[in-house]
Amino acid sequence: MDRFLAFVRKEIYHILRDWRTLIILLGMPIIQILLFGFAITNEIKHAKIAILDQAKDTHSKALIDKLLATEYFILDEYLSNESEIEPIFKKGNIKEVILFEPGFGQRLEKESIAHMQVIADASDPNTATMLLNYTKAIVTDYQMQQNARKKLPFSIDIHAEMFYNKELKGVYLFVPGLIAIILMLVSAMMTSISITKEKELGTMEVLLATPMQPAVIILAKVIPYLLLSFINAIIILLLGYFVFGVPIHGNLMLLLAEMILFILTVLSLGIFISTVTSSQQVALMASLMGLMLPTILLSGFIFPVENMPWPLQLISNIVPAKWFIIIIKGIMLKGAGIGLVWKETVILMGFLVFFILLSIKKFKPRLT
Amino acid sequence: MQTRQPMPNEYSIDVQNLTKKFGAFTAVNEISFNTKKGEIFGFLGANGAGKSTAMKMLCGLLVPSSGQATVASFDINKESEKVKKRIGYMSQKFSLYQDLTARENIRFFGGIYGLSNKQIKEKTDELMERLHLTDFANTQVGDLPLGWKQKLAFSVAVFHGPEIVFLDEPTGGVDPVTRREFWEMIYATAKLGTTIFVTTHYMDESEYCDRVSIMVDGRIEALGSPKELKAKYHVKSMDELFLQLARPETVKIF
Amino acid sequence: MIQIHGISKSFGNVVALQDINIEVQEGEIFGLIGPDGSGKTTLIRILTTLLLPDSGTATVMGLDVVKEYKNLRRVFGYMPGRFSLYEDLTVEENLELFASIFGTTVEANYHLIEDIYKQIEPFKSRRAGKLSGGMKQKLALSCAMIHQPKVIFLDEPTTGVDPVSRQEFWKMLKSLKKHGISIFVSTPYMDEASLCDRIALIQDGKLLSIDTPTAIVGQYEKEVYAIVSNKKHELLQDLRRYKDVESAFLFGSHIHYSDQKVSFDPRELIQYLEQLGHGEIEVDKIEPTIEDCFLALMGNANKTADA
Repeated sequence: MDRFLAFVRKEIYHILRDWRTLIILLGMPIIQILLFGFAITNEIKHAKIAILDQAKDTHSKALIDKLLATEYFILDEYLSNESEIEPIFKKGNIKEVILFEPGFGQRLEKESIAHMQVIADASDPNTATMLLNYTKAIVTDYQMQQNARKKLPFSIDIHAEMFYNKELKGVYLFVPGLIAIILMLVSAMMTSISITKEKELGTMEVLLATPMQPAVIILAKVIPYLLLSFINAIIILLLGYFVFGVPIHGNLMLLLAEMILFILTVLSLGIFISTVTSSQQVALMASLMGLMLPTILLSGFIFPVENMPWPLQLISNIVPAKWFIIIIKGIMLKGAGIGLVWKETVILMGFLVFFILLSIKKFKPRLT
Repeated sequence: MQTRQPMPNEYSIDVQNLTKKFGAFTAVNEISFNTKKGEIFGFLGANGAGKSTAMKMLCGLLVPSSGQATVASFDINKESEKVKKRIGYMSQKFSLYQDLTARENIRFFGGIYGLSNKQIKEKTDELMERLHLTDFANTQVGDLPLGWKQKLAFSVAVFHGPEIVFLDEPTGGVDPVTRREFWEMIYATAKLGTTIFVTTHYMDESEYCDRVSIMVDGRIEALGSPKELKAKYHVKSMDELFLQLARPETVKIF
Repeated sequence: MIQIHGISKSFGNVVALQDINIEVQEGEIFGLIGPDGSGKTTLIRILTTLLLPDSGTATVMGLDVVKEYKNLRRVFGYMPGRFSLYEDLTVEENLELFASIFGTTVEANYHLIEDIYKQIEPFKSRRAGKLSGGMKQKLALSCAMIHQPKVIFLDEPTTGVDPVSRQEFWKMLKSLKKHGISIFVSTPYMDEASLCDRIALIQDGKLLSIDTPTAIVGQYEKEVYAIVSNKKHELLQDLRRYKDVESAFLFGSHIHYSDQKVSFDPRELIQYLEQLGHGEIEVDKIEPTIEDCFLALMGNANKTADA
């Protein structure tokens, strides 16, 4: 045990003293999430909207004026009935339609609650979400202004609906995907590099000539990177939650446990890479080309798996990140419990056991 | 050896009070010496005594903190590019590309020094024959025995007919026979008028030099022919002399 | 202490070792002497259980290097050819790491490494990568000794090291010998042979000779003459052209000359040289050095190979 701890301490020193790499490792998730986040959710101005005002009273008019007074929306046309909604979306130049129910203002005054509906064109899901949020914010603002002068506060209920793409795929997807990629990078790449580095520098030769068990050497390498990867995952979650409002609907503990499982899986992958390569350069290339590219392209992070040709869909099954993204999306966005993601969890465990056994088989107690 | 009565400006290397400081640390401390055309000059010193720093300045790779030096009559400060054209360099660590063949290496380095294709081809064939390498001209250098590599590396370093060739521990680890063959190549090259500036850890090799300097802590502590130095310090061998001069200072470092 | 029987090893087409037989006694300094590429590192790696031999057997302290490698790794010390410690760890951290690998502490075995380690102790919180060459060596030796091994293997510990540090290093080895430790050391420097109790000369994977340095010199058949003249560079060529020359090699300030004839008369040679314009000629009969023997043995080996 003392040996093991001495080795863990040694690995931590290696990581802390190579502070340039450490800064990159810790800074990378922050920069990536900000880049992805802002690249996708760029501010939208002058979006064309249509309005179907079935109330035509003071409140609905005031709200319309308030919406159009901002720089976000430009009125394209007023609609006269609901049957016009679909054709106008099909024309394609309208991003959003706002509906006021008949007697909107009246109900607001009498029943203190009134309904409006916002329908967005979700074929561009990011824009749709943005516009929806703008609309909600303006309505809430109006509501607060009104309530300030009233004794009995009233509320406007907004029913949001997405046209096309109803599940709003792709919007929050970059956060789960990013977690998968960052964990892949830190865990697999850094462990494989750290082990091959010892081969290159000749320190592995000295270690092999001692009674130190290879399993202990490697396990000690895994611990600090597990910790580092976990910190990274937490940073991404926090940034996603606070900066981009990505929700965590499911159980947080389950989410963290699944993340640790995925980290262990990719760590075992990194160890496997290091047993079959002997230089840092090859390990780096193998990690980048062999892991990062499939993870980015085939995991469903950028391109939905179900839209791929079937051979690629088949291949995507051996990309661990695919299963992890399904799990994490389920937990974060859909609030799934273990009951819904147990199958994917078992698959990840299978990967983990497979790579560990393979690494043990491949690890040579001598020089080659 | 040929007669040597050089005019004052005919020194192939002429160093005056050359100094290099890295922050508060003085790596090379006001060294002065000169070498004549065709001389074999041994540049000795313990690890960390400042040899490689001095050598880098003379090759135009490092700018001195103060002092002057001319190499092949060019100022190493102002005309370092001209200096580089007139010198050859070979070190134990880097000399040839291991994944290129002997012929390709010669072609590459010949090209660097601006030799024409015709010149390169003629000289390559002649060189291959002289080194008995003709059968291996198309073998990757990495697959050649160390001794051959070093002989080839030396040939490449003098291929463009430099006025001075700098050799940094050229014979480390080479077997005793090849080591001697290597020195015979050095003699032959020096005889043609090329100045040889060489560092080595083999003290018996320092006896092969016309003159040697011994650097200790950035200064030149002794300078002269091996015979003169041995007489001056009353020692039997260069090994003894080296240990006597270098030891007290080294103990101080530790 | 170490027994090597008929060890051979090839890498692809390259024969690295060919039928090596060596026995090393307890408490001796055994030197494996030969140039780069002669097979020294391969042999040491086989003995330190890092490589498998193609054929032959070897035991260290009675333990087979192939079958009992796990037990063997507990009992020997090993210092590889290039500096193989963690450069980003301090001197002290490196030493403590190696102590804990063997389940011991620095304090428990301090007496063994004290002579060596106290020289670098003032720098114990310096990173190993920032040490000078000589200090790195002392640290590497300390780390290899920290578990009180009965035998240590040192692969070219003095390569690329200046003569001062080399001499210091050999002094350290002598002091380790006093603790009863057997030392198996390889080196390309012929002049270090006389510092060993027994040596094996190795070239191209084959042993040329194995004995005490004195015995090897004693076996040298020819008489060796050290010759010097005022025309140093021409002297070698002129001697090689002499009618009865056996061999002529540069040796520092002199040339070592051997003659084919037993009835060699130096005066005849001096006359020959004078005719060629040499002055201040000195011809002295000397004791051959290990390097003379190596050169002669190498010559013989090549002759048999050619024949």
